[in-house]
Amino acid sequence: MIKGIFSKSKKMKYATLPSELSRNEVPEGIMTKCSNCKKIMYTRELQKNLKVCFNCGFHLPMNSKERVASIIDDSTFLEINSEIKTGNPLDFPGYEEKIAGDIKKTNMNEAVVTGIGDINGMKVVLAVMDSSFRMGSMGSVVGEKITLAIEKADELSVPFVIFTASGGARMQEGVLSLMQMAKTSTALKRFSDNGGLYITIMTHPTTGGVSASFASLGDYNFAEPGALIGFAGRRIIEQTIGEELPEDFQTAEFLLKHGQLDAVIPRGELKEKLSLVLEMHQTGGDSEW
Amino acid sequence: MVELDFDKPINELKSKIKELSDFSSKADVDLSTEIEKLEKRLKKLESDIYYNMKPWDRVQIARHPNRPTTLDYISQLFTDFFELHGDRGFGDDEAIVGGIAKYKGLPVTVIGHQRGKETKENIRRNFGMPHPEGYRKALRLMKQADKFNRPIICFIDTKGAYPGKAAEERGQSEAIAKNLFEMASMKVPIVCIVIGEGGSGGALALGVGNHIHMLENSTYSVITPEGAASILWKDAGQAKQAAERMRITAPDLKELEIIDSIIKEVRGGAHHDIKEQALQIDEVLYQSLKELRAMSKEELVNHRYNKFKKMGAYLNN
Repeated sequence: MIKGIFSKSKKMKYATLPSELSRNEVPEGIMTKCSNCKKIMYTRELQKNLKVCFNCGFHLPMNSKERVASIIDDSTFLEINSEIKTGNPLDFPGYEEKIAGDIKKTNMNEAVVTGIGDINGMKVVLAVMDSSFRMGSMGSVVGEKITLAIEKADELSVPFVIFTASGGARMQEGVLSLMQMAKTSTALKRFSDNGGLYITIMTHPTTGGVSASFASLGDYNFAEPGALIGFAGRRIIEQTIGEELPEDFQTAEFLLKHGQLDAVIPRGELKEKLSLVLEMHQTGGDSEW
Repeated sequence: MVELDFDKPINELKSKIKELSDFSSKADVDLSTEIEKLEKRLKKLESDIYYNMKPWDRVQIARHPNRPTTLDYISQLFTDFFELHGDRGFGDDEAIVGGIAKYKGLPVTVIGHQRGKETKENIRRNFGMPHPEGYRKALRLMKQADKFNRPIICFIDTKGAYPGKAAEERGQSEAIAKNLFEMASMKVPIVCIVIGEGGSGGALALGVGNHIHMLENSTYSVITPEGAASILWKDAGQAKQAAERMRITAPDLKELEIIDSIIKEVRGGAHHDIKEQALQIDEVLYQSLKELRAMSKEELVNHRYNKFKKMGAYLNN
């Protein structure tokens, strides 16, 4: 240090550190910044690429509308149970305002959209969670809508497909939120026992009570590349065990290696791969048999 | 390609014939009678060797580094193969591969041991010797097949389940046992084909099928010949004798009524022509599935029960 004082390069170097805000929030409009590599791209181009970064391949979050459009055949989607709304069962202070704010922001009533539609001509019941609504957290409404969707699939004898994205249980609904884990799982077990096909696609992020219930119960568990999937948060684990965790900890790829996933499927191949799996489960065989 | 001992005289003769015919065309000398003679000798030699395969010769073919593997046959026999990973518990063992695919348009589940063809792949796949998570992945896929009423096709090709510390900690025995137990009650046809080495419990864990077929030059036994020699005579060097004593080849198993049929192999071993070999398998597999698909769920379970009930030999006066 002292030696350096008299050297020529003692000139101070200045660097502009962008604030956290300016780094992550780019005004909506013609340009979008990749939240992983920070590259700025034309929003329209990015949309066409299913919101997969051209530079680093990062899968940017899709909202439920974009997701439905990317998976379901044009004009075949019929939303169900959209009228069910969230109350404030525990009289949690500020909860109603937060919900009202998110309804305004997202134009959705809750963090999941459910409906019936076709994937390459094959009918499914679909549920898409949307992390832009309360981080996709699961309260009574999310649990109820997913359960109703499962029952609908059972009733129609069609596969149930879900895209999960959730921070976990909804704190403001306390134990009612916890019980949604059991409620959805119970419905799934009945559906499964009746021979129903259930496919989950875990997207970024799928954590906590959602990963510990319906997200992990698929006949096929798939995930998008790079998606964060886990039960407990990274920070909590590090504090608990007093160790630093590997970089790829709790990524989709990490889970694949540890036996939790059937496959990691890039968004661009998703519809095609899903169709393949669905087709394998269509009844009515080939003429050769 | 690796040269096997019994291939040597054949290869020598072949190169001599080639030498002669090269020479005759260059030097403009007519050696056709000599060449003809040698070719006759070659034919005789080939039939002497290839149609009188000794057990140890078959062991060598079964272990040939270029011998077609599960994935080779999958790409030849099936379409739309979609590999599925993981036991949903601990890991994804690449010593076993599995997934869904179509066989002549029919959705099926395919599972098999998978060894590598070169060192790097062999390390990744642990030389085709599974850990418990491999067997648990296989079982998971079989249960899925059972639920969705898909026939199961298993390719068997392993020296054995991996004998290691981690494997014991995670319950190698339990994993194998569970597969035998659960395969018994599957309500879908299960066809097993031994394509290379059928090594002990590690092979059997994919082997409780309605039909079991073996490639002509594959082996299936309670232990490798080396292992048997070292247990019985404390000398792994006597593997050749053990191979002969233990009756591990396809014809032996047919005679012992363990397997349903021997799948004819390309002359000199499957590695000489994968496509042709796949056709041979195709014929047997098709017949097998056709036959089994005619059975009801209950019949399939009983069929498997009776099949294994019959195995064993004892005196009863």
